[in-house]
Amino acid sequence: MTDTAHLEAHATGHDAHAHHEPTGWRRWLYSTNHKDIGIMYLVFAIVTGIIGGLLSGVMRMELQEPGIQIFHGLAAMVYGVEGAAALDAGKQLYNVFTTAHALIMVFFVVMPATMGGFANYFAPLMIGAPDTAFPRINNIAFWLLPPAFILLLMSLFFEGTAGTTGFGGGWTIYPPLATTGHPGPSLDFVILSLHIAGVSSILGAINLITTILNMRAPGMTLHKMPLFAWSVLVTAFLLLLALPVLAGAITMLLTDRNFGTSFFKPEEGGDPILFQHLFWFFGHPEVYIMILPGFGMISHIVATFSRKPVFGYMAMAYAMVAIGFVGFVVWAHHMYTTGLSLDVQRYFVAATMVIAVPTGVKIFSWIATMWGGSITFRTPILWAIGFIFLFTVGGVTGVVLANAGADRALHDTYYVVAHFHYVLSLGAVFSIFAGWYYWYPKIFGYMYSEFLGKLHFWTMFIGVNLIFFPQHFLGLSGMPRRYIDYPDAFALWNRVSSVGYYITFVAMVIFFYATWEASRKKRPAGDNPWGEGATTLEWTLSSPPPFHQFTTLPKIDSTNAH
Amino acid sequence: MAAIEKNHDYHMVEPSPWPFVGSVAVLVMAMGAIFWMHHWTPWVFFIGLVGVLYTMFAWWSDVVKEANNGHDHTPVVQMHHRYGMMLFIASEVMFFVAWFWAYFDGFFRLDDVEQYARVAATGGAWPPMGVELFDPFHLPLFNTLILLTSGTTVTWAHHALLEGDRNGLKYGLWLTIGLGALFSVVQFIEYSHAGFSFTGDYYGGSFVMATGFHGFHVLIGTIFLAVCLIRAYRGDFTPQRHLGFEFAAWYWHFVDVVWLFLFASIYVWGSWGVAVH
Repeated sequence: MTDTAHLEAHATGHDAHAHHEPTGWRRWLYSTNHKDIGIMYLVFAIVTGIIGGLLSGVMRMELQEPGIQIFHGLAAMVYGVEGAAALDAGKQLYNVFTTAHALIMVFFVVMPATMGGFANYFAPLMIGAPDTAFPRINNIAFWLLPPAFILLLMSLFFEGTAGTTGFGGGWTIYPPLATTGHPGPSLDFVILSLHIAGVSSILGAINLITTILNMRAPGMTLHKMPLFAWSVLVTAFLLLLALPVLAGAITMLLTDRNFGTSFFKPEEGGDPILFQHLFWFFGHPEVYIMILPGFGMISHIVATFSRKPVFGYMAMAYAMVAIGFVGFVVWAHHMYTTGLSLDVQRYFVAATMVIAVPTGVKIFSWIATMWGGSITFRTPILWAIGFIFLFTVGGVTGVVLANAGADRALHDTYYVVAHFHYVLSLGAVFSIFAGWYYWYPKIFGYMYSEFLGKLHFWTMFIGVNLIFFPQHFLGLSGMPRRYIDYPDAFALWNRVSSVGYYITFVAMVIFFYATWEASRKKRPAGDNPWGEGATTLEWTLSSPPPFHQFTTLPKIDSTNAH
Repeated sequence: MAAIEKNHDYHMVEPSPWPFVGSVAVLVMAMGAIFWMHHWTPWVFFIGLVGVLYTMFAWWSDVVKEANNGHDHTPVVQMHHRYGMMLFIASEVMFFVAWFWAYFDGFFRLDDVEQYARVAATGGAWPPMGVELFDPFHLPLFNTLILLTSGTTVTWAHHALLEGDRNGLKYGLWLTIGLGALFSVVQFIEYSHAGFSFTGDYYGGSFVMATGFHGFHVLIGTIFLAVCLIRAYRGDFTPQRHLGFEFAAWYWHFVDVVWLFLFASIYVWGSWGVAVH
């Protein structure tokens, strides 16, 4: 980035302030501004994250000890049933909670935070664009999410199985639990919620791909583009190509449920495994959708605080492309126990293991970026290093699970739960917090408290590891997932896991306090609080950036912008 | 709101109520669909549907106005629109992948002995027990020819537009719309003679949903072309700038290609060497 562009960006930033800007509720409801829409996404993800996090808290409290402690009472309160009926309803309610927790976290927390919030706010800034290509489509992509979320919440209050409310068949909504198993309208709310969330994501993806391919500043070739923009580009393609297949699958579910088709009914010639194929053809790219934007953010944070350009830029960019591509052809490793032929299993084992190669390229390049750098341990890089460690743990257990043979024993156990929480609730969520602390000064113009940020990190790091590391032990010793109760042999590690939740809860309280404190103390952040290591274009703008930035486009010269 | 002074060619879109209004309408429509499916009332759905249709009308009216005002749709913005339309069609292709997948799951795997309940229901043979297939070289072939012809008439309209021949543009569009409507009518006649049932039968469900979603896209494409025809009568489109028309043509060709795949795989391959009616 040249100094001239820096000055220009400032000069034009002040110009833009002279014009009318939308104010009041219209500014948000009718927004065509990528930064405002990004902020709405982030706020939305925080609100839904609270709900999703509290649901898991009730589950951890229930699992803290063997036996059924909470849910039979909850069921008695909600449904007015007693005794054995309350126990049965309580078991169902527990599964409703696990299902809602997963759906909320996947579709309404992680995706809105990364591809909605950070991608919307920072991808245009990093490529030197004044806004996204389709600002109105950007806005409807956001505003479709609250209706989708409302439908998901409504599903909790409509009948699922006879006499209970909500859908308790897991976020994978497999038939026949999702067809004859839950005849009430509850699952129809879930299906239409996913349809709307899917439309939102597809529209958002079209907007982001067009923006990144067609609105880069003069001189910024694809090979000079910051890695976060690369990660958003790859992720948007995954969204664009994976979500329509899910839409097809849940449409089949809807017509099987309500219009008498037989896609998943064997007794009428249907095939329930078909749903699993269609679901995971979407579902596996979906896990990369959740993690790839995090990869992009971590690259910038590691480089910024190591004061070195990221190691192996080209390899980093194309590793993400490779992960995105291979991510489409490994889906049936979620289905080893469904009776796939041995040849098919062999293929999916091999293809899945291949993904470890580009992922290894990323992990080692992050380490190589830090190697020999003069690292300042500010809060964002703590989260980034935490991410690298936790994601590696989750990646390694992923390689274990990729083996069809090992998966025979581990399928649907807590080992799987530990694995995907290490890559998602520790990996993806840590990348979100890394991005939050890294860009908080840019978005809001104020510095967070370094002490509170670090306290948040260490508390959460200890808490989440305490929740999920013992779950490996539980899974290896055979504890199945999605059950409300377990034999006494599993009591110890379940108790440890629940204690981990309470620590994580404290960490979240610290997070909200840190955010509140930063908004109260109003410590001006300046344009670039991170110094020479922060080289991408957003740091050339004021904090917060002007309502419309780059009214004169920045020019990228031969120095690399990434 | 005053236009923002800018030194670039991007379109800084003014705040717009339609995304928010449309989202509210979608919520109403989705809830209404559930109320309807569970036999409460259809009206909530239709209220939502009206809202969605009105939003589409108002939003696209704004886009047409911006296209006609001469300064918003600069060359780079037109390139945005091309990217956007191509990506939208790519997502539509993936939607059809799901329906083809469902069809082929039956076509290839009806004799999978591990799925004994399915084999018991279908007899494990192709076509499944109790299913009579269409003769692909009767109405389906006729419909294929109709769609292929409509692909040539829309190209005629396009070339007429490029040559500045406004009448040719209108005739070409009229013909394309007419052929599209004829296709829908023939498809409806074909459905009414089906030797299988939509409900309670895997073949019927996957056949009707795949061809039905295609039919729905034919309808959308026909409406898209009709909008272009109205715009042609209003004097929109120049030989240099006519993206709305081009996108309708792209969409029409996409619908055409999907049909060719349906025809080749479901009608022809699916009935190869078996008795048809």
